[in-house]
Amino acid sequence: MAQTAATRAPARGRTAVAGTRGPSAVRRTTFYGVLILLTLVFVSPLLFMLTTSFKTDVESVSATPTWIPKQPTVEGYRTMLETAQTPVLRWFLNSLLAATGQAILIVLVASMAAYALARMEFRGRRVLTGMILATLFIPPVSLLVPNYVIVSQLGWLDSLPAVIVPGAAGAFGVFFLRQFFISLPHELEEAALLDGANRFQIFYKVILPLSKPALATLALLSFLVNWNDFLWPLYVLFSPGRLTLQPGLSTLQSAFSTNYATIMVGGVIASVPVLIMYIIAQRFVIEGVSRSGLKG
Amino acid sequence: MTSTDVGGRAAPPAAGPGAGVGPQGLAPTPTGRGVRSSGLTPYLFLAPYLILFGVFVLAPSIFVIWISLHDWDFLLPGKPFVGLDNYLNLFKQGTVTSGPFWSSMLATGKFVLYSVPLLVVIPMALAVLLNQKFPGRNFFRAAYFAPYVLGVAVVGILWRFLLDPNVGLVNYYLDKIGIHANIAWVNETPWVWAALVGPTVWWTLGFNTVIYLAGLQDIPRELYEAARVDGAGRWDQFRNVTLPGLRPVLIFVITTTILASANVFGQPYIITQGRPGIETRSAIMYIGQEGLRDFRMGNAAAASFILTLVLIMVSLVTFVAFRERKER
Repeated sequence: MAQTAATRAPARGRTAVAGTRGPSAVRRTTFYGVLILLTLVFVSPLLFMLTTSFKTDVESVSATPTWIPKQPTVEGYRTMLETAQTPVLRWFLNSLLAATGQAILIVLVASMAAYALARMEFRGRRVLTGMILATLFIPPVSLLVPNYVIVSQLGWLDSLPAVIVPGAAGAFGVFFLRQFFISLPHELEEAALLDGANRFQIFYKVILPLSKPALATLALLSFLVNWNDFLWPLYVLFSPGRLTLQPGLSTLQSAFSTNYATIMVGGVIASVPVLIMYIIAQRFVIEGVSRSGLKG
Repeated sequence: MTSTDVGGRAAPPAAGPGAGVGPQGLAPTPTGRGVRSSGLTPYLFLAPYLILFGVFVLAPSIFVIWISLHDWDFLLPGKPFVGLDNYLNLFKQGTVTSGPFWSSMLATGKFVLYSVPLLVVIPMALAVLLNQKFPGRNFFRAAYFAPYVLGVAVVGILWRFLLDPNVGLVNYYLDKIGIHANIAWVNETPWVWAALVGPTVWWTLGFNTVIYLAGLQDIPRELYEAARVDGAGRWDQFRNVTLPGLRPVLIFVITTTILASANVFGQPYIITQGRPGIETRSAIMYIGQEGLRDFRMGNAAAASFILTLVLIMVSLVTFVAFRERKER
């Protein structure tokens, strides 16, 4: 997407680069020089992580670091998979289940609540909206200890529900969708009502289909947030086989000390899915983030 | 709108305005704003969320205070009421609990102090740079944002490697440019702070940049043109058009960045592990260790309540401070 935009529009952007016409060749070169240098700063550590994962452990700790493995190998991947202490495929599966499960739960539950708050009039709506909004300002850390106790009472410690369900109670999804539903035109809903549809039918047949982009963005963001969550799963999951990827990664240092090639394998496995999602849906992620950021 | 146009679409049984009485016996309001709903429907829509909300947000935000008033050892059956003792212990000087707690608060404060200015200023400069039409704009924006989609654990192990004193890339390149110090990034002051702030800036800078960019796009182009006609240079334009136009976004960025930095956990947990000593152990690391590893939950709950109050106060103060400057 970005690439095509880059190659497609050379003529249009030419004078706009420097704002003024001036000695534009020099300015343009400096401008792009800075941008490319910054790109290297942001992207090269990721590339180094990737190439290191294909080095031998010896090469990964060499005094003269190499950007391209001298003897490319999947030794690190094999070590990781064969070490009982670090069942990385299990972690991957757990992360996938948790992130998918939570994304579905959030979209389901938040869309229904947001629809009621956006489009129905009922007693207590304003108070409820205000109360849910207010909790956006509660720092999550204050819920850490009590939610641990609650989750243990529910018998969820060291199991996936602990990392799927509590996180779906956040107010973000509700407000994200409420904002979107408010902006939808009323006419379709009214027409459906005239046709004799009830609220649930309107919701499923009119509102949800109209909201696909917003629902997809919310699902995507929720997936990313859950996939990357560290603090909460670190404490509520503890058996090696029950961990998700992020807390799993923090155990690699004690498992492999400075075998950095192997440790970077963990980093690669945890990043590749989200980076692929990001590359495919880059615009959705960035726009979703900036929109929600401003509204939050 | 009432009769033929809408009715003509298909066939509501008996056309005409009167048929608008829906199955719930309520008519659409003439303005087209929210359609009135019968008693239970809205609550049914809200129920699933409200159950989650009640159990995992509302209940715990009160429960945390309750826990903080007890000697709440997670593993012991008895959890005696101790009043404000947990709080008093945290405030009493030189006790075994107050020392580490305030050290963690201080570490958190330092991290906020060092990271927030960078995360407010650099992204703004980047956003201004990117807020022009040029080929490749979306590509660069996407590249700078990329680290933000990674988890803190990935960022942590990656930078722990890059900052390794002996084999890390950072010391290697410093050596190349003539700094042969073999800096102990991950366990010596003041380097540990750079080892926490640097990766954090690398990781989250894209987020603030994107927020600023959205704000910049809301500033009308005409204002810049008017300024240019008045002979304003680029710097004048930035000072007199861009900055005032960005003010609401700026307040948002400052507040959220302070809060995010005050909640720092993963970076010191993985990169410095709190070293040297407990110098870089953040408040949340303290709360996690105390409450969820050592199970002194009463004390951890009190600590998290204090931290929460501080955070709320800080965000109110920043908000008010920036508000007032606008009115002056």
